[in-house]
Amino acid sequence: MIKISKLVHDYIQRDEEGNPSGTVRAIDDVSLDVKPGQFIAILGHNGSGKSTLAKHLNALLFPTEGAVWVNGLDTRDRDLLWDVRQTAGMVFQNPDNQIIGQVVEEDVGFGPENMGVPTEEIWKRVEESLKAVSMYDYRKKSPNRLSGGQKQRVCIAGVIAMHPRCIVMDEPTAMLDPSGRADVIRAALDLNRNEGITVILITHYMEEAIQADHIFVMDKGKVTMQGSPREVFSRVEEMQALHLDVPQVTLLAHRLRQSGLAIPEGILTKEELAEALRRCRQ
Amino acid sequence: MFKDITLGQYYQTDSLLHRLDPRVKLVGTLVYIISLFVVDSFTGYILAGIFLVCMIRLSNVPVGFIVRGMRAILILLLITMSFNLFLTPGEVIFRAGFLKITKQGLSFAVKMAIRLSLLVIGSSLMTLTTTPNQLTDAIESLLGPMKRFRVPVHEIAMMMSIALRFIPILMEETDKIMKAQIARGADFESKNLIKKMKSLVPLLVPLFISAFRRANDLAMAMEARCYRGGAGRTKMKPLVYQGRDQAAYFVLVAFFAVCVVLRLAPIPF
Repeated sequence: MIKISKLVHDYIQRDEEGNPSGTVRAIDDVSLDVKPGQFIAILGHNGSGKSTLAKHLNALLFPTEGAVWVNGLDTRDRDLLWDVRQTAGMVFQNPDNQIIGQVVEEDVGFGPENMGVPTEEIWKRVEESLKAVSMYDYRKKSPNRLSGGQKQRVCIAGVIAMHPRCIVMDEPTAMLDPSGRADVIRAALDLNRNEGITVILITHYMEEAIQADHIFVMDKGKVTMQGSPREVFSRVEEMQALHLDVPQVTLLAHRLRQSGLAIPEGILTKEELAEALRRCRQ
Repeated sequence: MFKDITLGQYYQTDSLLHRLDPRVKLVGTLVYIISLFVVDSFTGYILAGIFLVCMIRLSNVPVGFIVRGMRAILILLLITMSFNLFLTPGEVIFRAGFLKITKQGLSFAVKMAIRLSLLVIGSSLMTLTTTPNQLTDAIESLLGPMKRFRVPVHEIAMMMSIALRFIPILMEETDKIMKAQIARGADFESKNLIKKMKSLVPLLVPLFISAFRRANDLAMAMEARCYRGGAGRTKMKPLVYQGRDQAAYFVLVAFFAVCVVLRLAPIPF
């Protein structure tokens, strides 16, 4: 679905007169492969290059070196620009700054309108997309009257209405309260499981990454760790060295193990920990 | 508290006027305003008044709601009236000190007041029955022919609708910044005009920075959703004229014709 090969991205720094004064390497030789239908999480603390990476998947940025293919489309080819953006939809952090319509349904229709989809087909897609994120009842409402989580789900619907093969979410829950966060992640998971859409979730909430099929951890522009959630989170010390937390349950299990209890590494849920503790007692 | 502000105060209900094509209402309002300046006799104003009352009845908007909107222009109305009343030369009918009222002045003042009131009620009736969105659509469609002269019609309409979308957001933001600055000891209550102006600086600077940041984000989000200008775009809600819209145009032409006739015909009153 997505293939990144030796990607390098430099931001050009400019002095006060606007002359280039240096470059900052945001992504440094990243290669990765995402298969269709996967749920991928990309973790990393601020400035690790994860947002820059996301923008490459949507051809909002172009590689300085290396290449990115989205469903076989080379993002460096400007003729394919709109095809790339249609194939890989993007949801950003702040829902207020990405809603264009003054009514929910109009915002969801914005993408299809841009693509030149016929009117009746737009209405069909809007209905489907809003139902897919359980926001159909709010279709006539003004986005200003929705909660953060609801707004973000409208944004997701706006992307689905374009019928993408893949959705890239750049910290979609960073500005939401816990219940809104859960709703958004649930919507993303549903799309992945039911519609087979590839989801790439960029986040710094570890709890959200547990559900992923595969995790990439980024630091200073490089992919430093990758693997299943269990593999990645069992390396507690390495994660902490990168200023990343592991889920609380995993951390607790890790500490208990250090203090001598026979608990396996890589515990991700409360249920697993309870089970492991029960075994310890026997 | 700012969440409830809607520009142009759209009144949500169902009526013939609400269902009319926004282009008809926009053209209609323009024609009505022009006709108010075409007629200059009381007969004409009575006709225009009757026309407006009929429209209000058709719109299902409560009269009280419309009258309340008039309060805003009451002062403007009084000032215009008194200027016309006292400063028009002619046959004096009343004098108090340096103030004099002339027959012509009285007639001018009354006509001006009627004209202004009808104008304001007429145009507010349009905004009461048309959502800002429909209005931008109508403007885009009506200015469509200007594209031939390289006027960026679609871009103007898009800018208007984005501006409308962001008004409540920026209002809320203003409110937040204001509270944040008050918490830091800023004084927005001062009666002193210069102090008041100065106190706006710590409000406007963060507001502008945030507005630019939002604009940047929004541009990126629009591009990510394949926005590339008006070319090749389809409409989710295209404007299509119905039978009632044609009928409305016909009524409009008839009304305007009567106004022109009234102007040309020698009516003493």
